[in-house]
Amino acid sequence: MIELENVAYSYGGGELLSDISLKLAPGSFHFLTGPSGAGKTTLMKLCYGALLPTAGHIRLFGADVRGLDRDDIAVVRRRVGVVHQDVQFLDHLSVTDNISLPLMVSGRQAETQSGDLGELMSWVGLTNRADALPPELSGGERQRAALARAVIMSPDVVLADEPTGNIDWEMSQRLLRLLIELNKMGKTVLIATHDLSLIRATKAHVQARVLRIANRRIQLAGADL
Amino acid sequence: MFNTANLSALVAGDRQADRVVPPTGFTAQLTLFAAAAMAFLAVFALALSLAAGRLADRWGDALARSATIRIVAPLDQRGAQTDAALSILQTTKGVQSARALSDAEQQALLAPWFGPDLALDTLPVPRLIEVIETAEGMDPAGLRLRLAAEVPGAVLDDHSRWREPLVQAASRLRLLGWMSIVLIAAAVAAMITLAANAALAANAQVIAVLRLVGARDDYIARAFIRRFTLRAFWGAVTGTVLGLLAVLLLPSASDAGGFLTGLGFQGIHWLWPILIPFLAGAVAFAATGAAARRTLKELA
Ligand SMILES: Nc1ncnc2c1ncn2[C@@H]1O[C@H](COP(=O)(O)OP(=O)(O)OP(=O)(O)O)[C@@H](O)[C@H]1O
Ligand SMILES: [Mg+2]
Repeated sequence: MIELENVAYSYGGGELLSDISLKLAPGSFHFLTGPSGAGKTTLMKLCYGALLPTAGHIRLFGADVRGLDRDDIAVVRRRVGVVHQDVQFLDHLSVTDNISLPLMVSGRQAETQSGDLGELMSWVGLTNRADALPPELSGGERQRAALARAVIMSPDVVLADEPTGNIDWEMSQRLLRLLIELNKMGKTVLIATHDLSLIRATKAHVQARVLRIANRRIQLAGADL
Repeated sequence: MFNTANLSALVAGDRQADRVVPPTGFTAQLTLFAAAAMAFLAVFALALSLAAGRLADRWGDALARSATIRIVAPLDQRGAQTDAALSILQTTKGVQSARALSDAEQQALLAPWFGPDLALDTLPVPRLIEVIETAEGMDPAGLRLRLAAEVPGAVLDDHSRWREPLVQAASRLRLLGWMSIVLIAAAVAAMITLAANAALAANAQVIAVLRLVGARDDYIARAFIRRFTLRAFWGAVTGTVLGLLAVLLLPSASDAGGFLTGLGFQGIHWLWPILIPFLAGAVAFAATGAAARRTLKELA
């Protein structure tokens, strides 16, 4: 699905990430941790084609990112659902429209009429906020809407950057259960988080690998979690 | 990138795609107004070009095929010389018909200057012969030589001396009219480009979100292109209708008014202004497309 081979990245100063090799196999479940500023968000951006590596190779669905044009990147993003750390919505459209935006822009708006959208809205607990505008949502509601938007296209891969940053334990458990359910349906999942208890709670339900960024490199965290 | 399939999608409309870009009230009105004003001007430029074209054709054609011979002779020889000139003309190649003006006709020609009471028969006023040429035209130099030999008082005026500058002026006027239309189209393109760039810049965040959820540049561009094309089109429709009304309200053509009152459309030419809104739409389509492509390429 997503493969990184000796990847390095720098924003212009020194290298932020070096010699990263990583393979997100279909159906795998990964956590990504590391101190703030270590480069978790940066690594995620590399994984959905928002940044190009300064060294090494990244293959998205078998194609080298350097060979992709803007339209190819758009198609990749339809297969990768992303929950961004700083979620942005179209503030003039309702929550429902924002969640179904990926369907709209890929010419699948007919599916917005199906029951799946309503089901998804109730799963993330936003049914009674359906007609609200994004600026009217609480931080947690925004993150739930972001997750709903990330999975509505039924993507092959879900990348979630701090998806539980603003929500209570109860709700983060629910979100995680949704991600686990998606993983059981065969989707590849990568979650960046600081929340170690969340990782522990998840490991009871699914076989998850924990990756940690330390000293610019990526390591597989031990069983000590 | 923008082919005919896109064009039909554009005309058919895509309410969803329209909604993803937030509506813009005030700038939309400005674009409409500017398009209307430009279309209004274009109607007049078009009327000017077409009228100047008619004038150039008329002068070039009718006058080119007529000439005048003046018989300047003492009263007692005038009749004989006129007859001699007419008989030469009958055998001149390229002359379709020739006829001496009657006293009454000459009087009508002179009346504006000397009043209606002029007694022509007592004055040595030259006799005028009106010559109509065939389509092939005659050879004025050859005719002058023959007239000089047999009719000493005959002066041939083939009108070219004063006709050419007039035809030239009319052609220039027509050229200016068409140039104005080109300039108006260019100004519309510039105005739409500015407006589209402003709209694209104002919606940078919207565009970023659309890209992140997998929208192609094409899709995003279309939302903008459709807006500006429709605004330019409907603005131009309004301006064209107003311009045509203004042309209709001009005093109708008369002999006395000459060129000025001939400014307007005739017959099939009334159909030309219909093209203006479509031209405005096409210009807006191209300008917005270019602006969108340029802006989107620069975004991550
Ligand atoms: N666009 C940018 N230009 C320059 N530097 C950047 C840019 N984005 C991030 N950085 C820097 O790169 C480093 C890694 O940022 P990144 O967002 O990947 O960290 P993170 O691991 O996601 O942190 P957090 O846990 O706080 O979200 C930070 O030091 C940040 O300041
Ligand atoms: Mg981050």
